[in-house]
Formats: sequence, structure tokens, C-alpha cells
Amino acid sequence: MPEIFGIPSAALFGQLLIGLINGSFYALLSLGLAVIFGLLNIINFTHGAQYMIGAFCAYLLFNKLGLGYWWSLAIAPVAVGATGVVIERTMLKPLYKLDHLYGLLLTFGLALIIEGLFRNQYGSSGQPYPIPQELTGGHNLGFMFLPTYRGWVIFASLVVCFGTWFVIEKTKLGAYLRAATENPHLVQAFGINVPRMITLTYGFGVGLAALAGVMAAPIYQVSPQMGSSLIIVVFAVVVIGGMGSIMGSILTGFGLGVIEGLTKVFYPEASNTVIFIIMAIVLLFKPAGLFGTQR
Amino acid sequence: MVQLRKLAAAVALATAGAMSAGAAHAQISGGVVKIGVMNDMSSLYADIGGPGSVEAARMAVEDFMKTSKAKLKVEIVSADHQNKPDVGSNIARQWYDVDGVDAIADVPTSSVALAVNQVTRDKGKAFLVTGAASSDLTGKACSPNTVHWLYDTWMLANGTGSAIVKTGGDTWFFLTADYAFGHALERDTAEVVKKNGGKVLGQVRHPLNTQDFSSFLLQAQASKAKIIGLANAGGDTINSIKQAAEFGIVKGGQNLAGLLVFITDVHGLGLNTAQGLILTEAWYWDLNDASRAWAKRFAPKNGGKYPSMDHAGVYSAVLHYLKAVEAINSDDGTKVIAQMKKMPTDDPLFGKGRVRADGRKLHDVYLFEVKKPAESKGPYDYYKVRATIPAEQAFRPEKDGGCSLVK
Repeated sequence: MPEIFGIPSAALFGQLLIGLINGSFYALLSLGLAVIFGLLNIINFTHGAQYMIGAFCAYLLFNKLGLGYWWSLAIAPVAVGATGVVIERTMLKPLYKLDHLYGLLLTFGLALIIEGLFRNQYGSSGQPYPIPQELTGGHNLGFMFLPTYRGWVIFASLVVCFGTWFVIEKTKLGAYLRAATENPHLVQAFGINVPRMITLTYGFGVGLAALAGVMAAPIYQVSPQMGSSLIIVVFAVVVIGGMGSIMGSILTGFGLGVIEGLTKVFYPEASNTVIFIIMAIVLLFKPAGLFGTQR
Repeated sequence: MVQLRKLAAAVALATAGAMSAGAAHAQISGGVVKIGVMNDMSSLYADIGGPGSVEAARMAVEDFMKTSKAKLKVEIVSADHQNKPDVGSNIARQWYDVDGVDAIADVPTSSVALAVNQVTRDKGKAFLVTGAASSDLTGKACSPNTVHWLYDTWMLANGTGSAIVKTGGDTWFFLTADYAFGHALERDTAEVVKKNGGKVLGQVRHPLNTQDFSSFLLQAQASKAKIIGLANAGGDTINSIKQAAEFGIVKGGQNLAGLLVFITDVHGLGLNTAQGLILTEAWYWDLNDASRAWAKRFAPKNGGKYPSMDHAGVYSAVLHYLKAVEAINSDDGTKVIAQMKKMPTDDPLFGKGRVRADGRKLHDVYLFEVKKPAESKGPYDYYKVRATIPAEQAFRPEKDGGCSLVK
């Protein structure tokens, strides 16, 4: 079998694919963060907790109401997004004029409270969530066994990511949004309800987190700390991609997933630090991130 | 001159007498026996010990008070070490130096336990380890101030490892948590595998608290080993087992060996995924009437969650510690630990046993198999006993550990 750096190439392809799968979660989550930061200027540290609530939402819908995965995929983002709207209206709104730090502290505190409440209720070992019947099993690709569900995750997250990018960069609604962040007063003067648009944007970003949570539920354990272990990495992804850059966060999400996957083969001990090493290097040479522009 | 000498002697005697009388009153430092329960309160090991261990310690105090005549004042405090050795040793120093804590109990996460082990030794206090697994605690890191109560990596390797090798699982690949515990468990299991004629094909070290194991599992799959040994614990074990099922590893003919699986992990996995796992534990709530009664008392205090073996271990260790304090009427760490080794142990959960010179507590341990969903009567009815390993065989022979306390 041909080898690359002493690793059989088949194994390497497998790892690349797995990197892409993990990258899809990074991309989905960092996308939500980028949208929220780009349009609201809020560093949303509650994102990990909202991802976790999304997963728990799926778990509860399944166990209390008997609604399966596909229902959760539709209901959880809307429900969790609605809680996001409430948070934005009641807590984040007064912070827009203040320094970023206030928003960061508030959302970080919220995340700790939410996680604590869930841990109290459900414990730290988490809850199992089954893979939907239609997506069980897998295919032998020759170089690896690809579970059908993981294939679905890549596909779904690509669709959602590029859909979001398209709406924000290429449609009229997106143009309003971008204009509103650039100059809210002027846009309001044209008769557009800017505060409502911002509230809905936050709700949408939170909904994306919840969607990622539902997609993660069958793979990872549905546990209260599932978000906190991911959120730091996702923030690093956003920083590397460039704060607020939508395409940047998508591409970096997938790219870093792959790099992390390769690290797991060549030097597994460093697999949870490699992203931060890259972050440090990028910040040294391009402080605004790979795709960001200096504000 | 003779008169003067007699007088001096009398004064010296009187002073010595007064001092020893004073010491007799001050043998319980601060007038209260203070026990600190330290563990992971908020992350991947929180269900194994966590707040439940604090409840277990309180139950031990409660039960001790019912029978004790000494009227000791006992206080329980607790802290979260976040699985970080630096945080753990800082808390231990603060507790010993400032807060008047006499003994620390539980402390899962071997890297933290080894740090606290050293601090406790330096300060001459008492350390009752139930949560941590590294067999080094009674080996090269053994201490006259530490009792290793519940289980260790040698015991796990010997129980699960040899049972699996004997049923044909003779080639192994390890998925190892990259810190003291994982390394010790991998080392001890690899020894057992080799001793029984098996072979270790490789291993991969993953960081503590990893979400995604697919990459590591793929490497394990590529090794073609018959057995994938999981030298990790808690949330890491749960995610490994769950994702191994997803990647068709068991269907492909390889088997998983959970080297440290707690009942809370099985609960988190659900029987559908966990059925058939073979594992070694020192205690299970459904062993006998006494253990069932204790579990029924414990569960309501722990949010309905049944006790893990760690909870039972904390209860039993704290109980024996208090009996030793009562027996010598002192909470001096070194003396109490010596007394704990001198007195035979006896409690409702582990029965009769003893503590060896190297600090190892001996009791029977069990090889369990996780039930199929159809065999289980409900939540927490998860294990059937495959074998009981008698105390004297369950743990590493005293002379093999390399502990300096063993002569």
C-alpha cells in the first residue's frame, strides 16, 4: 500500500474525511458566531450552551413527546432561537453601546448558569440519543467505513453554511442587514425596522447553534458540557477566519477540522492544542484573521 | 546542692506533666475533625464522584455518630479540582494550612491524586483516595499518609484484562487517556496481556475530555487487533463506546474492552449500546441486602441517581478513618493512617477487610457483565456477576509494587 509520511495513504484519506466531518460542526457553530458578531458586535459566549440546549431539545422531544430526529431538526432551532430572541430583547440590547467586554461577560455568565442548571438536572454522564433509523449503517468506501449519518452531517452543514452565506452576501435581505450594521441610523431613515432585524439575526444565529446541537446529538453524548468543550475551539476558528467574516468562518471551520484530523494521526497528544497554535501564528502575522478586514 | 538538683528535677517533671496533659486536650486539632471531599464537581467525572461523594461522606459521619461514644465533632467540606493537578494541590494546601482540614477524601483523576498525595505527605495529614486509579499510589509514590481505598489500575487490568485474554482476545490496541491514569492503566493491562500470552499491537494517546474519537477509532480499526482496550474513563469512555458502535467496529469483528467503566457510564450509554461489556468494579449496589439498603438511602440525596462504586468507597473510607480517629483520640494524619492499617476494616458495604502496609485496602472485587435490555428490570439494574475475585488475588502483591514502606 502506498504510504505518505509513513502512514498508509488509505488511512490518511479516512482521517481527512473525518476531519471534514468535525470541520462541519466547527463551520456551523463558527458561522453562527460570525453572523452574530458581524451584525450585532456581540461576542456570543452563550453559543456553546445554546448548541447544548439544541441537543437536549432533541433529546426531550424524543423522550417526552415521541418526536423523532427530523421533527427535532425543524423544531429545536426555532424553539432555541426564540429563547435567543428573548435574551437579546431583555439583556443584550442595553449593551450594544458599551464595550465588547460587557457582552462577553454577560453571555459567558449566562452560559455558566445554563450549563449548571442542566448538569443539576441531567448529570455529567449525559443521555443517549439514537441515530435516526433512515441514517443508520454505513458504506465501505474502500479506505474507510463511513457511517451514513456522518455523511449526512457533511452534506447538511455544507447546505446550511452556503445557504447562509448566500442570503447574507447575495440577497436584498442580506444587503439590508449589512447596511444596518454599517450605518443603522441611515437604514432606519429609509423606513426599515433595524432593531427588529437585529433581534431576528441573533435569533437566527442561536438557531444555527441549536441546529448543530441536534445534528451532534446522535454522535456525541447529549451532555451539559458538550458545548463548553467545543466553544473555545470554535472561537479560535472564528478568530483565525477573521471576526465577522462569514465565508472566512466556513472555510476555516472545515480547514481546521482537517488539520486537527491529521494531527490526530501524526501526533495525537497535540490534537487539542494544534488549533490554538495556528491561532497564535495567524494573529502574529494577520491580526484581523485570514479573511477579516481591519475595522 | 543536692536540694537544688531535686528541685530542678521536680520542676522539670511538673513541666513535662503539664505539657502532656495539655497535649491530651489538644489531640483533635481545633476541636473538630475536618474532612475535605475533593473531586471533579462539574466535568466529565462529576457523575462518578461529584456532589454524590459529599453526600456519601455525610452519610458515613451520620452512621459513625450513631455508634460512637467519643462525641467527636466532624465537619465535611468540599471543592472542585477541575481535573487539574495545580488546582488540586492549591486547594489541598489552602485546606491544610488555613482551613484546618485533617483529611482529604475521594480525588479522582490520578494526576491530581498524585499531587495531593505529595502535599498530604509534606503536611503530615491523611489522604483517603477512592476516586483515583493509578497503582503508583501504593507503588513508587506510596506514602505513610495515604490509603488507597477502592480500586487501582493493576486490579482493573488483572480483572478485565486477564478475563478477556483467556477467552481468546489475545491481540490488543489501546485507546489511552493522555495523563497519569491512562498511562498507568495501559501499562498494567499490557503487562497482564503479555503475561497471559497475548500481544499489544499499538496504542494511541488522546487528550483528556475529548469529544470526537472517530479518528482514534479508525487507527484502532486499522491495527486489526482483536481487542480495543479503552484505557480512559467517564465521558471519554462513553464517547469511545458510542462512536465505536457507529463505525461498525464491533460488527467488523473487533471487540471493546472498557477497562474502567462505572455504572454511571453504563447509565449514560443505555443498555442498547453497553450490553455485553465486561468490566471490573469493586462494588455494585445490587450485591446484597446491605448494599441495596444503602443505595436506597443514598439515591434520594443524589437527585435519584444510584451510587457508583466511588460513592460507596468514600462512605467506607471515611467511616474507617473516623473509627481510627476515635481509637487513638487524635487526628494527626500520620498516626491515624497507621491506626487505619492496624485495625481490620468492617463496614456494611465492603464487609471485612484490611489495609496493607503500602496503603492498599483489600476487599473482594467483581467481574461484571452488562445485561441485555431484556434482562434488565429498569434503570440501574445493569450488571450480572460473572466472577468474584477474592481480595488477596484482586490486588497487586505487596512485594511487587516497589513501595518503600514495605520491608
